[in-house]
Amino acid sequence: MTDTERVRPETIRAVPVRHPGRWVAAAVIVVLAAMLVSNIVTNANYNWAEQWKYFFSPPVLNGVRNTIWLTIAAMLGGVSLGIVLALMRLSPNPLMRGASWLYLWVFRGTPLYTQLLIWGNIGALFPQFGIGIPFGPEFVTWPTNALYSAALMAALGLILNEAAYMAEIIRAGILSVDPGQQEAAQALGMTRMHTMRRIVLPQAMRVIVPPTGNEAISMLKNTSLVAAIPYLELTFTAQTIYASTYQVIPMLIMACIWYLILSSIMMIGQFYIERYYAKGSHPGGGRVRFIGGTA
Amino acid sequence: MSDVMVRAEQVCKDFGHVQVLKGIDLEVLNGEVMCVIGPSGSGKSTFLRCINHLEKVNAGRLYVDGRLIGYREHGGKLHELKEREVAAQRKDIGMVFQRFNLFPHMTALENVMEAPQRVKGEPASVVRTRAEELMERVGLAAKMRSYPAQLSGGQQQRVAIARALAMQPKLMLFDEPTSALDPELVGEVLDVMRDLAREGMTMIVVTHEMGFAREVGDSLVFMDDGIVVEKGSPREVLTNPQHERTKLFLSKVL
Ligand SMILES: Nc1ncnc2c1ncn2[C@@H]1O[C@H](COP(=O)(O)OP(=O)(O)O)[C@@H](O)[C@H]1O
Ligand SMILES: [Mg+2]
Repeated sequence: MTDTERVRPETIRAVPVRHPGRWVAAAVIVVLAAMLVSNIVTNANYNWAEQWKYFFSPPVLNGVRNTIWLTIAAMLGGVSLGIVLALMRLSPNPLMRGASWLYLWVFRGTPLYTQLLIWGNIGALFPQFGIGIPFGPEFVTWPTNALYSAALMAALGLILNEAAYMAEIIRAGILSVDPGQQEAAQALGMTRMHTMRRIVLPQAMRVIVPPTGNEAISMLKNTSLVAAIPYLELTFTAQTIYASTYQVIPMLIMACIWYLILSSIMMIGQFYIERYYAKGSHPGGGRVRFIGGTA
Repeated sequence: MSDVMVRAEQVCKDFGHVQVLKGIDLEVLNGEVMCVIGPSGSGKSTFLRCINHLEKVNAGRLYVDGRLIGYREHGGKLHELKEREVAAQRKDIGMVFQRFNLFPHMTALENVMEAPQRVKGEPASVVRTRAEELMERVGLAAKMRSYPAQLSGGQQQRVAIARALAMQPKLMLFDEPTSALDPELVGEVLDVMRDLAREGMTMIVVTHEMGFAREVGDSLVFMDDGIVVEKGSPREVLTNPQHERTKLFLSKVL
């Protein structure tokens, strides 16, 4: 029998399975949503007018600006220091590995809020700051309080903490690259640094980028903890406003709306960046980049 | 330039307590194609990797073109070479791997250009011209802009050969270059290697392709359990092996 002679059997037209549970769940959600909307419209305690009054006020905009730059600085610094820590962690030198491990142990094993409180009071730990020979004479010294700035301490506190988490993400990314890649690079006469920069890290990006996007979005929210320093970012600004107006809930909801706007922008960016790095995982695509091991 | 390209003197290599190479003595002359056969785990890959110092030799000496590999002998003592010096020695030694190991985030042409441009620091235009010539030579002029994932295994391995040749090495090491290929793709890679041998390249080829060894090889080495059991012309070793172990191995693979 040839293909043309073969008779195609009747197309299946079966009765689909019904899902009564889904209808019940949908009904519950619709009722809950209606209750929420009704509450938002009728409950005067939201005080939307008060929120609107402050939404673009100079102190709030200043808080938003500080939140944004802290997020960017913390991620840039955290990624840079994280790369160094990850390379130390993978170094053949046991002292390097040990130092990196110790760093991660301290910064991942203590709460960020507590760390930031310590940075806010660092002058009590190191009253003086100087440059000199270790255990020897110091050439110049300053009182720590003269150098201290809340912005610097806020950024420093976030960077040092974030670096510990980024180090683990970057290390996992590096380890995901086929060891044959390093061999091939070395056999061509590349140094370890060149191999890392040109061969290993670009391939590790596929594994590093998605969790880094999540870290950045977490960071946006964690900046609110620098109130511990204290530093005037968005949440702390909202607090200072309601300290005099007593409109606690409206100011906190206003801050939440700002966070939602900022995190939504970041999620959109994350979507496009991940799509860029996922491209080329399949041989079919046009511009193929960042696939896994060769086979 | 000396007549001897590679000289191995009592080369030993251990991994922990396991002795993998137990005193390899070999000489490869300039322009010679030496094929290496032997059972899996006999130390063939390890020996190749010692030649470009991807593995550190534990005892014995390895010379390539008269230069001691990995160390400097000074006042009766051996001093380890710095990373840059080891890298410099590797520039003259090309290596081709069983699993190709192309850089997947670069096009075929970028793979070939990377090392000459960024390791040797040659001008981009010179490197590009040479890379394009090499891609043509391995029959892949049409695939220069393809990424490795878009190429067949045979094409990838030919790019890998071009990549090694782009550094203009004096010596080429091949570690089972066709073992990961579908049978119908083996021929295209062996053809490229045959041309290379004809042009006078010094080559050490670990292979299971006895036909290639017989036709192209100037010498054939049988390794087993970390030693060179037998070395001779391919015809002698393949048709009239002197040792029991060689006979046993050949009876299994031929
Ligand atoms: N990095 C390593 N660490 C420990 N053992 C190894 C390592 N590389 C190779 N070996 C061992 O050395 C022996 C020889 O391996 P290899 O040189 O790859 O053999 P061949 O290439 O002839 O199959 C094997 O028993 C293998 O398990
Ligand atoms: Mg092997």
